[in-house]
Amino acid sequence: MTPPLDTTNSGVGLQVRGLRKSFGAQAVLQGVDLEVRPGEIFVIMGPSGSGKSVLLKHLIGLESPDAGEILINGEPVHAAALAAKYRMALVFQSGALLNSLTVGENVGLYLTEHRLKSPEAIRQIVAEKLEAVGLAGAMDKMPGELSGGMKKRAALARALVIEPQLILYDEPTSELDPLSSIVIAEEILELKHRIRVTSLIVSHDRDLAFGVADRIAFIHEGRILIVGTPDEVKRFQHPLVQRFLHADFRRAP
Amino acid sequence: MFQNIGEIALLFWRTLCALPFAWRQRQKVYDQFFEIGNASLLMVCVLSFFIGAVIALQTGPVLVERSLSSAVGGIVGISIAKELAPVMMAILIAGRIGSAMAAEIGSMRVYQEIDALRTMNIDPIHYLVLPRMLAIAIALPLLVVFAILVGWFGGAVIAEANSRIGVPFQAFFSGLRDIVEVKDVANGLFKSFCFALIIGSVSCHQGLATLGGPRGIGRSVTKAVVNSIVLIVIFDYILTRFLLK
Repeated sequence: MTPPLDTTNSGVGLQVRGLRKSFGAQAVLQGVDLEVRPGEIFVIMGPSGSGKSVLLKHLIGLESPDAGEILINGEPVHAAALAAKYRMALVFQSGALLNSLTVGENVGLYLTEHRLKSPEAIRQIVAEKLEAVGLAGAMDKMPGELSGGMKKRAALARALVIEPQLILYDEPTSELDPLSSIVIAEEILELKHRIRVTSLIVSHDRDLAFGVADRIAFIHEGRILIVGTPDEVKRFQHPLVQRFLHADFRRAP
Repeated sequence: MFQNIGEIALLFWRTLCALPFAWRQRQKVYDQFFEIGNASLLMVCVLSFFIGAVIALQTGPVLVERSLSSAVGGIVGISIAKELAPVMMAILIAGRIGSAMAAEIGSMRVYQEIDALRTMNIDPIHYLVLPRMLAIAIALPLLVVFAILVGWFGGAVIAEANSRIGVPFQAFFSGLRDIVEVKDVANGLFKSFCFALIIGSVSCHQGLATLGGPRGIGRSVTKAVVNSIVLIVIFDYILTRFLLK
């Protein structure tokens, strides 16, 4: 449990080359190639079941690929020293808060376990981060007392405490009301400007993607169909991408 | 079960390697220790009293009929200290604490809490396994000390109260002192220490290996208890054979 070295404050670059992953007979990732530049907000969009979350797990080392490689600043993601060298955080779709700890203990867990600050300083940082995500006063609550959206915001506060160089978001606005979604989107942009973090967001929230992304990748059946700026993706004439971007429920007359 | 033994041994080795970090986890060790003691002490006392009573009831009349009443205390004492207290308490703790460990860690695995720890560069072995292993390795031998004392007391009460035995309290303990040596109690405690490591390793491994949802957690709990008990019985023979030398 070596705490990461605080050598740099800027975001890291991420390269994915020929990533393949199958679960049994099901090929989930079929040769994914990506490059995320340091400090940019990169959104991966795609329909449900297209391999977005599996790709995310590979990026932070929670899954091992069948083939291909993932490099962070040119170093393989599975290198033993990598986690000790760079600060990375993943905001889980479910929040993944530890149910046996209070919200405050969850948010301060990284600092507590790595003994990076005194208990008083940790409490102060936790209070600041919880306030930043609109959860002031929730410090002593248990995760079970929070709604789905509040859990997600607490998970974001937990990621913010790490002051990460790479932050990965798994569907950060799902289950959130529009106002809370805006809070999350603003926080993502604020982080980019404040600590120049590299953000990689997996989402099918079009408003979020086109509102915050520097570049967007569209993934379908484990393959990247396009990588480009939001305008380039909007202009991309692929039937699935166009259907996805313009899908709207219309009640039959 | 046997396909998992390599993984269990690896987990045990990695937990041993994490021992230098034990002091950092002292609060969690204390919490787990309290949990084990709090959940089990009353049960341990009730169980061991009646185990002592049953052994006295089974052996007492037979020995008294053969004019061996002085051996009642020794037979009850040695069987409880060397065999029954360590094994029965280990089985009780496997059911009560091993299941709780597997369920808690399994649910953390299913609900991605362990993934969340990993993303924060917090090793689940340091954070979850080490405190539980240490707590159970300290708690089980202590519970066995209680079990031995209460078991002897239970045997002595029945030996005096039962008309077919009729061995007075003092004579029971006098006979016990003649036969039971400190080494015998130490053997029992050593066995219970080994059983504690088995329960901790098997239960934590099952928890960490949990897949699926609530059904997966249920399966892990069952496997943790059954596998622990099977290994306890197998290792009981191996350790007894080893300690006979």
